[in-house]
Amino acid sequence: MRVKSKKVDLAEGDLTPMIDMVFQLIAFFMVLINFAQTESNDRVKLPSSQLVKPPEVPLEFPIILHVAQDGEIILGGDDYTAETLSVGLRKELAVIKAEGKTVADANVVIRAHKDTSAGDVQEVIRVAQDQKLENFALRVKEDNS
Amino acid sequence: MKIRNRGEAEKSGLNMTSMIDVVFLLLIFFVMTFKIVELEGDFSVRMPLAGNESMTTDPTDLPLKLRLQADENGKLTTMALNEINLGTDFDQLRANVVELIGTTAPVEGEDGPEIEIDTDYNLRYEYVIRSITAVSGYKQGNEVVKLIEKIKFAKPRR
Repeated sequence: MRVKSKKVDLAEGDLTPMIDMVFQLIAFFMVLINFAQTESNDRVKLPSSQLVKPPEVPLEFPIILHVAQDGEIILGGDDYTAETLSVGLRKELAVIKAEGKTVADANVVIRAHKDTSAGDVQEVIRVAQDQKLENFALRVKEDNS
Repeated sequence: MKIRNRGEAEKSGLNMTSMIDVVFLLLIFFVMTFKIVELEGDFSVRMPLAGNESMTTDPTDLPLKLRLQADENGKLTTMALNEINLGTDFDQLRANVVELIGTTAPVEGEDGPEIEIDTDYNLRYEYVIRSITAVSGYKQGNEVVKLIEKIKFAKPRR
Protein backbone atom coordinates (compact mmCIF):
# COMPACT_ATOMS: atom_id res chain seq x y z
CA MET A 1 0.00 0.00 0.00
CA ARG A 2 1.29 3.37 -0.74
CA VAL A 3 1.52 5.73 2.19
CA LYS A 4 1.06 9.36 1.38
CA SER A 5 3.78 11.57 2.73
CA LYS A 6 2.26 14.03 5.17
CA LYS A 7 3.23 17.61 4.53
CA VAL A 8 4.18 19.05 7.90
CA ASP A 9 3.34 22.69 7.80
CA LEU A 10 6.64 24.40 8.32
CA ALA A 11 5.27 27.86 8.87
CA GLU A 12 8.31 29.02 10.87
CA GLY A 13 9.26 32.62 10.41
CA ASP A 14 12.86 33.56 9.71
CA LEU A 15 14.44 34.10 13.13
CA THR A 16 17.73 35.50 11.89
CA PRO A 17 16.93 39.26 12.12
CA MET A 18 15.42 38.86 15.56
CA ILE A 19 18.47 37.03 16.85
CA ASP A 20 20.71 39.66 15.31
CA MET A 21 18.83 42.40 17.10
CA VAL A 22 18.79 40.56 20.41
CA PHE A 23 22.53 39.96 20.26
CA GLN A 24 23.08 43.62 19.49
CA LEU A 25 20.98 44.61 22.49
CA ILE A 26 22.92 42.23 24.73
CA ALA A 27 26.21 43.62 23.49
CA PHE A 28 24.95 47.17 24.16
CA PHE A 29 23.90 46.45 27.73
CA MET A 30 27.05 44.43 28.44
CA VAL A 31 29.26 47.31 27.40
CA LEU A 32 27.34 49.84 29.48
CA ILE A 33 26.90 47.78 32.60
CA ASN A 34 28.95 49.05 35.49
CA PHE A 35 29.49 46.65 38.33
CA ALA A 36 31.70 49.09 40.23
CA GLN A 37 28.83 51.13 41.59
CA THR A 38 29.45 50.27 45.21
CA GLU A 39 30.11 53.94 45.93
CA SER A 40 26.60 55.08 45.25
CA ASN A 41 23.71 55.06 47.65
CA ASP A 42 20.04 55.27 46.82
CA ARG A 43 19.32 57.69 49.65
CA VAL A 44 21.76 60.25 48.32
CA LYS A 45 21.04 62.55 45.43
CA LEU A 46 24.16 64.57 44.79
CA PRO A 47 24.17 68.28 43.97
CA SER A 48 25.69 69.14 40.61
CA SER A 49 28.44 71.47 39.47
CA GLN A 50 29.81 72.42 36.08
CA LEU A 51 33.39 72.63 37.27
CA VAL A 52 34.08 69.11 38.45
CA LYS A 53 35.62 66.42 36.31
CA PRO A 54 35.80 62.72 37.09
CA PRO A 55 39.22 62.14 38.67
CA GLU A 56 41.81 60.57 36.39
CA VAL A 57 43.37 58.68 39.27
CA PRO A 58 41.08 57.32 41.98
CA LEU A 59 41.65 58.70 45.47
CA GLU A 60 43.93 56.70 47.70
CA PHE A 61 42.47 55.16 50.84
CA PRO A 62 39.00 56.66 50.49
CA ILE A 63 36.56 56.65 53.37
CA ILE A 64 33.18 57.17 51.76
CA LEU A 65 30.55 58.84 53.91
CA HIS A 66 27.03 59.13 52.56
CA VAL A 67 24.95 61.85 54.22
CA ALA A 68 21.25 61.27 53.65
CA GLN A 69 18.68 64.05 53.51
CA ASP A 70 17.76 63.59 57.18
CA GLY A 71 21.40 63.94 58.21
CA GLU A 72 21.96 60.24 58.82
CA ILE A 73 25.43 59.08 57.86
CA ILE A 74 26.08 55.81 56.07
CA LEU A 75 29.55 54.34 56.26
CA GLY A 76 30.26 50.88 54.93
CA GLY A 77 26.58 49.88 55.00
CA ASP A 78 26.03 50.91 58.63
CA ASP A 79 24.00 53.89 59.75
CA TYR A 80 25.54 56.43 62.09
CA THR A 81 24.69 59.83 63.51
CA ALA A 82 27.17 62.67 63.98
CA GLU A 83 27.61 61.49 67.59
CA THR A 84 28.33 57.85 66.77
CA LEU A 85 30.30 58.39 63.56
CA SER A 86 33.63 58.43 65.37
CA VAL A 87 33.17 54.71 66.16
CA GLY A 88 32.86 53.87 62.48
CA LEU A 89 35.74 56.15 61.52
CA ARG A 90 38.01 54.51 64.08
CA LYS A 91 37.26 51.12 62.50
CA GLU A 92 38.17 52.45 59.05
CA LEU A 93 41.33 54.08 60.35
CA ALA A 94 42.38 50.84 62.02
CA VAL A 95 42.28 49.19 58.59
CA ILE A 96 44.32 52.00 57.05
CA LYS A 97 46.89 51.87 59.85
CA ALA A 98 47.14 48.10 59.46
CA GLU A 99 48.26 48.72 55.90
CA GLY A 100 51.15 50.78 57.22
CA LYS A 101 49.72 54.18 56.31
CA THR A 102 49.04 57.20 58.47
CA VAL A 103 45.76 58.99 59.10
CA ALA A 104 46.89 61.87 56.88
CA ASP A 105 46.97 59.52 53.88
CA ALA A 106 43.25 58.83 54.12
CA ASN A 107 40.76 60.77 52.04
CA VAL A 108 37.26 61.36 53.37
CA VAL A 109 34.81 61.41 50.48
CA ILE A 110 31.58 63.13 51.51
CA ARG A 111 28.60 62.23 49.36
CA ALA A 112 25.88 64.40 50.81
CA HIS A 113 22.30 64.73 49.59
CA LYS A 114 21.68 68.07 47.92
CA ASP A 115 18.85 69.00 50.31
CA THR A 116 20.57 68.04 53.53
CA SER A 117 21.56 70.81 55.93
CA ALA A 118 25.00 72.29 55.37
CA GLY A 119 25.46 72.09 59.13
CA ASP A 120 25.12 68.30 59.04
CA VAL A 121 27.98 68.15 56.55
CA GLN A 122 30.02 70.49 58.74
CA GLU A 123 29.37 68.20 61.70
CA VAL A 124 30.65 65.24 59.68
CA ILE A 125 33.80 67.19 58.87
CA ARG A 126 34.22 68.19 62.51
CA VAL A 127 33.94 64.57 63.70
CA ALA A 128 36.44 63.46 61.05
CA GLN A 129 38.80 66.27 62.09
CA ASP A 130 38.63 65.02 65.66
CA GLN A 131 40.02 61.74 64.32
CA LYS A 132 42.94 63.71 62.80
CA LEU A 133 41.61 63.33 59.28
CA GLU A 134 42.38 66.32 57.12
CA ASN A 135 41.78 65.53 53.46
CA PHE A 136 38.18 65.89 52.40
CA ALA A 137 36.51 65.60 49.03
CA LEU A 138 33.00 66.92 48.50
CA ARG A 139 31.56 64.73 45.82
CA VAL A 140 29.22 66.27 43.27
CA LYS A 141 27.64 65.26 40.04
CA GLU A 142 29.09 66.56 36.80
CA ASP A 143 26.74 69.01 35.13
CA ASN A 144 27.26 69.30 31.40
CA SER A 145 24.29 71.53 30.69
CA MET B 1 8.09 11.85 -15.77
CA LYS B 2 8.27 11.25 -12.01
CA ILE B 3 9.40 14.16 -9.86
CA ARG B 4 11.09 13.18 -6.60
CA ASN B 5 9.95 14.68 -3.38
CA ARG B 6 12.70 16.99 -2.18
CA GLY B 7 11.03 18.02 1.10
CA GLU B 8 13.14 15.73 3.32
CA ALA B 9 16.40 17.48 2.57
CA GLU B 10 15.32 20.85 3.99
CA LYS B 11 14.56 19.70 7.55
CA SER B 12 18.14 19.69 8.73
CA GLY B 13 17.94 23.19 10.40
CA LEU B 14 19.23 23.66 13.98
CA ASN B 15 16.79 23.85 16.83
CA MET B 16 17.07 27.45 17.98
CA THR B 17 14.56 27.35 20.85
CA SER B 18 17.01 26.76 23.72
CA MET B 19 19.46 29.33 22.46
CA ILE B 20 16.76 31.95 22.16
CA ASP B 21 15.60 31.13 25.70
CA VAL B 22 19.07 31.74 27.09
CA VAL B 23 19.61 34.83 25.02
CA PHE B 24 16.36 36.35 26.24
CA LEU B 25 17.30 35.56 29.84
CA LEU B 26 20.61 37.36 29.34
CA LEU B 27 18.84 40.29 27.75
CA ILE B 28 16.39 40.58 30.65
CA PHE B 29 19.27 40.42 33.15
CA PHE B 30 21.14 43.26 31.47
CA VAL B 31 18.03 45.38 31.04
CA MET B 32 17.12 44.99 34.72
CA THR B 33 20.60 45.82 36.00
CA PHE B 34 21.09 48.72 33.62
CA LYS B 35 21.61 52.09 35.21
CA ILE B 36 22.89 55.18 33.51
CA VAL B 37 26.22 56.08 35.06
CA GLU B 38 26.38 59.63 36.29
CA LEU B 39 29.83 61.11 36.16
CA GLU B 40 31.00 62.45 39.47
CA GLY B 41 33.87 64.62 40.59
CA ASP B 42 35.25 66.10 43.78
CA PHE B 43 35.91 69.47 45.34
CA SER B 44 38.96 68.96 47.47
CA VAL B 45 38.93 70.57 50.88
CA ARG B 46 42.00 70.36 53.06
CA MET B 47 40.98 71.08 56.60
CA PRO B 48 43.26 70.05 59.43
CA LEU B 49 41.98 70.62 62.94
CA ALA B 50 42.23 74.33 63.76
CA GLY B 51 44.68 73.78 66.62
CA ASN B 52 47.23 72.06 64.40
CA GLU B 53 47.12 74.66 61.70
CA SER B 54 50.15 76.88 61.49
CA MET B 55 48.90 80.38 61.98
CA THR B 56 49.79 82.84 59.29
CA THR B 57 51.14 86.13 60.47
CA ASP B 58 51.06 87.93 57.17
CA PRO B 59 47.82 89.95 57.11
CA THR B 60 47.58 89.63 53.32
CA ASP B 61 47.14 85.86 53.77
CA LEU B 62 43.90 86.28 55.67
CA PRO B 63 41.20 84.18 54.02
CA LEU B 64 38.26 85.70 52.27
CA LYS B 65 35.11 85.19 54.26
CA LEU B 66 31.88 84.13 52.66
CA ARG B 67 28.83 84.30 54.87
CA LEU B 68 25.73 82.42 53.74
CA GLN B 69 22.40 83.00 55.43
CA ALA B 70 19.27 80.91 55.11
CA ASP B 71 15.60 81.20 55.95
CA GLU B 72 13.81 78.61 58.06
CA ASN B 73 13.27 76.37 55.01
CA GLY B 74 16.97 76.21 54.23
CA LYS B 75 16.71 78.51 51.26
CA LEU B 76 19.51 80.98 50.66
CA THR B 77 18.53 84.54 51.58
CA THR B 78 21.77 86.50 51.50
CA MET B 79 25.44 86.03 50.74
CA ALA B 80 28.18 88.33 51.91
CA LEU B 81 31.78 88.19 50.75
CA ASN B 82 34.02 90.10 53.16
CA GLU B 83 30.93 92.01 54.36
CA ILE B 84 29.93 92.95 50.79
CA ASN B 85 26.30 91.97 50.42
CA LEU B 86 25.65 90.04 47.22
CA GLY B 87 22.04 88.94 47.62
CA THR B 88 21.60 85.49 46.13
CA ASP B 89 23.38 86.07 42.84
CA PHE B 90 26.17 83.54 42.33
CA ASP B 91 27.42 85.33 39.20
CA GLN B 92 27.85 88.45 41.28
CA LEU B 93 29.78 86.39 43.82
CA ARG B 94 32.10 85.11 41.10
CA ALA B 95 32.60 88.62 39.74
CA ASN B 96 33.53 89.86 43.22
CA VAL B 97 35.99 87.00 43.73
CA VAL B 98 37.61 87.81 40.39
CA GLU B 99 37.82 91.44 41.45
CA LEU B 100 39.31 90.62 44.85
CA ILE B 101 41.96 88.13 43.80
CA GLY B 102 42.62 89.48 40.32
CA THR B 103 42.72 87.41 37.17
CA THR B 104 46.02 88.41 35.65
CA ALA B 105 48.15 85.90 37.49
CA PRO B 106 46.06 83.18 39.08
CA VAL B 107 48.09 81.46 41.76
CA GLU B 108 47.58 77.76 42.02
CA GLY B 109 48.38 75.26 44.71
CA GLU B 110 49.33 75.92 48.30
CA ASP B 111 50.10 79.61 47.90
CA GLY B 112 46.79 80.56 46.35
CA PRO B 113 44.08 82.58 48.05
CA GLU B 114 41.88 80.91 50.63
CA ILE B 115 38.20 81.26 51.38
CA GLU B 116 36.34 80.43 54.54
CA ILE B 117 32.69 79.56 54.19
CA ASP B 118 30.54 80.42 57.16
CA THR B 119 27.04 79.10 56.61
CA ASP B 120 23.84 78.89 58.59
CA TYR B 121 23.26 75.41 59.96
CA ASN B 122 20.05 74.72 58.09
CA LEU B 123 21.11 76.05 54.68
CA ARG B 124 20.63 73.40 52.03
CA TYR B 125 23.92 71.79 51.00
CA GLU B 126 23.14 72.45 47.34
CA TYR B 127 23.64 76.20 47.90
CA VAL B 128 27.01 75.56 49.54
CA ILE B 129 28.12 73.60 46.48
CA ARG B 130 26.84 76.36 44.19
CA SER B 131 28.82 78.93 46.13
CA ILE B 132 31.92 76.70 46.08
CA THR B 133 31.45 76.36 42.32
CA ALA B 134 31.21 80.14 41.97
CA VAL B 135 34.39 80.81 43.95
CA SER B 136 36.41 77.90 42.53
CA GLY B 137 36.40 79.09 38.97
CA TYR B 138 34.40 79.39 35.82
CA LYS B 139 34.17 77.78 32.43
CA GLN B 140 35.53 79.47 29.37
CA GLY B 141 34.47 77.27 26.50
CA ASN B 142 35.78 73.87 27.49
CA GLU B 143 38.55 75.27 29.67
CA VAL B 144 38.10 75.73 33.40
CA VAL B 145 39.62 78.93 34.77
CA LYS B 146 40.52 78.38 38.39
CA LEU B 147 40.04 81.07 41.00
CA ILE B 148 40.24 79.84 44.58
CA GLU B 149 41.36 76.29 45.30
CA LYS B 150 41.74 76.46 49.06
CA ILE B 151 38.36 76.18 50.69
CA LYS B 152 37.56 75.68 54.32
CA PHE B 153 34.52 75.84 56.53
CA ALA B 154 34.01 77.91 59.64
CA LYS B 155 32.70 76.23 62.77
CA PRO B 156 29.12 74.98 62.43
CA ARG B 157 26.52 77.43 63.76
CA ARG B 158 24.00 75.70 65.98
